[in-house]
Amino acid sequence: MFNLIPLIILFPVVGLLVNLAWGKHLGETWSGAIASGAAGLSFVIAVLQVIGLQSNGFHAVTVPLADWITIGNLNIPWAFQVDTLSVTMMLVVTGVGTLIHIYAIGYEHSDVRHNGDPDRYPRFFVYLNLFLAAMLILVTGNNYLMMFVGWEGVGLCSYLLIGFWFEKGENQVGNARAARKAFVANRIGDWAMLLAMFLIFWNFGSLTFNEVFKGVDLLEPSMSSNPELMTAITLLLLIGATGKSAQIPLYVWLPDAMAGPTPVSALIHAATMVTAGIYMMTRSHALFALAPFSQNTVALIGAATAFLAATIAVGQFDIKKVLAYSTISQLGFMVAAVGLGGYVAGMFHLVTHAFFKALLFLSSGSVIHAMEHGEHALHMADHAVGGGGDSDHHAEGHDAHGDSHGAASPAFDPQDMRNMGGLWSKLPVTKWVYLIGAIALAGIPPFAGFFSKDEILLDAFNKKNYLVLGLLVVAAFFTAFYMTRQMLMVFFGKPRTDAARHAGESPLLMTIPLMALAALSVLGGGLNLPGVHTLTDWLGHTLGEVEAGEFNIPLAATATGLALVAIGVAYALYRSKPATVEERDPLQGMLGPLFTWLNRKWYVDEIYKGLILDRYDDLARFTADVIDWNFWHDWFHDKAVAGTFNAFTTMLADGVDKGFIDPVISHFPADLSKGIANIFRKLQTGYVRSYALAVFVGVVGVLGYFLIAK
Amino acid sequence: MNPIPTSYFVALSAILFTLGVTGVLVRRNAIIIFMSVELMLNSANLVFVAFARQFVDLSGQVFVFFVMTVAAAEVAVGLALIVAIFRNKQSINVDEINQLKG
Repeated sequence: MFNLIPLIILFPVVGLLVNLAWGKHLGETWSGAIASGAAGLSFVIAVLQVIGLQSNGFHAVTVPLADWITIGNLNIPWAFQVDTLSVTMMLVVTGVGTLIHIYAIGYEHSDVRHNGDPDRYPRFFVYLNLFLAAMLILVTGNNYLMMFVGWEGVGLCSYLLIGFWFEKGENQVGNARAARKAFVANRIGDWAMLLAMFLIFWNFGSLTFNEVFKGVDLLEPSMSSNPELMTAITLLLLIGATGKSAQIPLYVWLPDAMAGPTPVSALIHAATMVTAGIYMMTRSHALFALAPFSQNTVALIGAATAFLAATIAVGQFDIKKVLAYSTISQLGFMVAAVGLGGYVAGMFHLVTHAFFKALLFLSSGSVIHAMEHGEHALHMADHAVGGGGDSDHHAEGHDAHGDSHGAASPAFDPQDMRNMGGLWSKLPVTKWVYLIGAIALAGIPPFAGFFSKDEILLDAFNKKNYLVLGLLVVAAFFTAFYMTRQMLMVFFGKPRTDAARHAGESPLLMTIPLMALAALSVLGGGLNLPGVHTLTDWLGHTLGEVEAGEFNIPLAATATGLALVAIGVAYALYRSKPATVEERDPLQGMLGPLFTWLNRKWYVDEIYKGLILDRYDDLARFTADVIDWNFWHDWFHDKAVAGTFNAFTTMLADGVDKGFIDPVISHFPADLSKGIANIFRKLQTGYVRSYALAVFVGVVGVLGYFLIAK
Repeated sequence: MNPIPTSYFVALSAILFTLGVTGVLVRRNAIIIFMSVELMLNSANLVFVAFARQFVDLSGQVFVFFVMTVAAAEVAVGLALIVAIFRNKQSINVDEINQLKG
């Protein structure tokens, strides 16, 4: 049973390779079916692991596959950790993943056409399967480095999928920028992860979970001698988690990540990848247990994020942005739970959140799809009136729409909730599943979100951490408020645009996964009902003895009451407003600048820009202008090197060559021989008679000498 | 009758030689110069035979034959040169034959 575990990664890898090699020839149906089939087979493997664990008495099993890195005493195997915690993650990742794969077959069919590049269809499933493989490496690895491989892999897939339509968005670079922002923000977290891994290896001599935690147990008696070390490791792990799981201060990438296609938002940016940080901290619970300061920090960061993101979600108009901030907020709940030591509550919320947030995102995709469909229908109607409605005008209208989309209606945004309204009668399936998701998220019993959120609040209450409890309760209040606002703005009232008036339901291929997720959102709470504690017992085999928080009726009643009040307030405000696209949000009338402040997301992006990005630009400009240009180029290169060299060569050329070599070595002998030659050439007159005279004089001279001298 | 003293021959020879030298140095016509050279050779021949007569030694007379032979050969080469030059330059003025001047 456990020997099958490598297959869980192999299936998506095979799926992606098939789509990579033959995707364009397979056709959309087969391309999607292969990817979904791979995901489904992985889910089967995950279920087999559950059976295996059950017959094994829930003992953790390590399945070694190969030696990976062996250098000195650094020994990292490529091995799989099968225990209740990792199997829980496997089930969520492959289960929700499979449903989203199936949904994407239908969604991408129209998405690639809406964006005008149908050839990109198989690429989407290549990325999706690659993501699944990376995420499964992350959760199955039995050491930190293997987890890090998956950690980086999912980050890469996130980048690729946010930028799936990289040439679209604001100024044709909006999506690419969003992808880059996600990548860079994650990189900061990865940096901290790496440092944490270095520290772990340095102090425990291993990166394998079992050995590290064994080392921690041995460390405990002498722990007092070095508490800072554990604090440092856990704080660095926390920074890693804030990057991946979108917590303060690195959460800013997640809202922008909504630039990706909706199945991506559901799979990566709601259900699975962003929970990697919670999984990692839960996995490292033995380390966190020894660092109370870090635990407090984790809890506070989680609660603050939950509160901050929930307030921001209230002021958003983009249907997916609301859900994005809601995701950040719910991740904050999970992180807070982990910080409070409520690992089971965190994991529980992780699972239920995967259900209902995937459901909400996919439903919002269905809504967006319906809006785009309505706009198409509208456009086709125009076309038919103008073009005379011949038999194949349907196809023409489709094409014409694709061409003229930017020019004809540049301002129309199918994701803006102000453009919606009155979709209740138009979307017979989506409306119900959306309602179920919203109620589950708002935390109304007996839906899944109620139980998991209540357990987190209970943990905060039992730990007497009232600051965290207060922040979480307020966040829960806002959660109910913004979900009601969204429901009312999207589905109720009168349609505010023609597109909303013509919206139509999505195909069955998209709605069936929605129904499955809706069922899970309703029943998910059953995983860990108060008094039964299925999940607590299940995870207890891995996390050790965890005290099961008993249901606290006053607390649950307060939370539910607050949620109901929030729903009531939102209903009163948004029942019939806004009536038109232009009418301002009723909350804006009440809160004024405060609403703008929420809508602008607390100006965090602007603050980051002012405090970090611009300063970074300044630094870059400084290094470029002063250090590189002024110092290296102007001074070092031009003055110091080139100047010295030029001075030296000038000295050689002017002083040595022109001053000495030329006059002394070359000109002087030349002039000398020329001068001598000038004298002698005068003798050669060309007159034969003068030569004869010379001969004569010479002969007379010589003879005379002999005559006189003798 | 007294024989003519040798000094007369020597004096005549000196006069002839001087005339020949002068002719070579001052005349421009190559043929005249040539003739002057012949005059110098013959003045030398005259000295040879004069001293041969005085010392009764035949080697002087023999020498003169050699000189005349060489002179004849020289005249043949020289006149050929003059003809060749004239064909080239339409002139045998030695002052115009100066093309080897640097």
